[in-house]
Amino acid sequence: MIVASQLTKRYPGGFDALGGVSFTIGAGEMVLITGHSGAGKTTLVKLLASIERPTSGSLVVNGQNLSALRRSAIPYVRRHFGLIFQDQKLLFDRSALDNVMLPLQIAGLSRREAVRRAQAALDKVGLLAREKANPIALSGGEQQRLAIARAVVNRPTVLLADEPTANLDPESAQDILDLFTDFHRVGVTIVVATHDRAWVERCAPNVLRLDHGRLI
Amino acid sequence: MNRWLSQHRAAFGLALRRLGATPFNTLLSLLAIGIALTLPAFGYVALDNLRNLGGSASGVQQISVFMDVGASREAVADTEKRLRALSTARITFVSRDEALKRLQTSEGMAEIVASLPRNPLPDAFIVEPANLDPDALEVLRKELAGWPRVAHVQLDSAWVKRFDAFLRLGKLALLMLAGLFGAGLIAVTFNTIRLQVMAQAAEIEVARMIGATDGFIRRPFLYFGALQGALGGLIAAGLVAGALRLLNGPVGELAALYGGDFALRLPAVPEIAALAGIGAVLGWVGAQLSVGLSLRRFD
Repeated sequence: MIVASQLTKRYPGGFDALGGVSFTIGAGEMVLITGHSGAGKTTLVKLLASIERPTSGSLVVNGQNLSALRRSAIPYVRRHFGLIFQDQKLLFDRSALDNVMLPLQIAGLSRREAVRRAQAALDKVGLLAREKANPIALSGGEQQRLAIARAVVNRPTVLLADEPTANLDPESAQDILDLFTDFHRVGVTIVVATHDRAWVERCAPNVLRLDHGRLI
Repeated sequence: MNRWLSQHRAAFGLALRRLGATPFNTLLSLLAIGIALTLPAFGYVALDNLRNLGGSASGVQQISVFMDVGASREAVADTEKRLRALSTARITFVSRDEALKRLQTSEGMAEIVASLPRNPLPDAFIVEPANLDPDALEVLRKELAGWPRVAHVQLDSAWVKRFDAFLRLGKLALLMLAGLFGAGLIAVTFNTIRLQVMAQAAEIEVARMIGATDGFIRRPFLYFGALQGALGGLIAAGLVAGALRLLNGPVGELAALYGGDFALRLPAVPEIAALAGIGAVLGWVGAQLSVGLSLRRFD
């Protein structure tokens, strides 16, 4: 499913965020990426989502080599991923439902079909009652669950999250963890960058530990 | 096909909502575009009306052949025979009596004619050549002037030539003006779209992250630019029509003073559509340029 070999990312100025990382993640696995701040977790997530390109090495997802991707092919690769960020990146000029509908509109679904599927996704994360609310009116945990609904609404094969519980209280963090576990159970590949100990213990041994851009 | 249609419909709807979301800004942009299009459009309509005026004037492209005042009937008949032999032309004979009568009917001339002791006018032929090439006309004029008992040959095309030259000059000036204002319209759209892209930065960033193609992101902005241009074009058409309507009264009075009957032609539906179309195309070009440049920031 995901094969990285000798994956390196060097930023201008000669700083190596990742220095020759190799790993394999099978379909349907739940894998955590962990390590201290600045270890390269976020860089790895960005490379996986084609937000950045590797300096050298290869990264193959679903048989597609992301390091040799044409620019115009990137949007279609991203649609395989459900992306969840620490800062959710929700849009505050529209309702929760409209936020979740965005990926479906991009995919070109009719409005009726998009509403139906977006409501199903909101129901899954327990926010159907708040579909008309503006995300700004939601709590931190609810916002993160809304971001998850948006990430899964297009039925991606990989759910990719960067520190999804970083700013949440333990209870909300547990909700998020349970949601990911549910998706894992139905066969979605899950890759999460986190330093949440509860997760790391629960997922061992499927944990990639990064230290200064190298796997340990 | 269905997906394609629904995506375009969504982009069009979004562009409409964005136009409506800031009515005051939209109104100002539309006015700027409308006024920029009004000047060249008005120039076009004015030239078109002038050309109509030129075309409707009688006696264009004809050669007047004046006989000697004392030419005998035989000489006149002989000249007529020779003219008819040219065959490429339509010949009208205007006898001196008829010419005097016509002069009498002209405004303000009756008294002057009545005071004349005898008819000072010569017999004349009006030749309307089939070949209207200016050089050919000049050759014909010279030939006719050499015939016996012909006093004077006048080519009535000089003013037509001048008028044509004036129209050509006007057309060129209009083209340059249109080019300038077209560039202005593109600049106005460029700026509006740039502000829009900045205002939608969060949405563009998120859309990119979750797999939006460039086309998906550009589409609403392109529709916005084209819509804004087309509406500006309609405003321009309205302004031109309004100005012509206001001018039509005084122009009619002026024409009546010269014994004529002339009304300015208002822009017709195809011309209004063309104006909206030109506005749409220019707006689209401005949006395309602007989005292309602005979106580079999101790479």
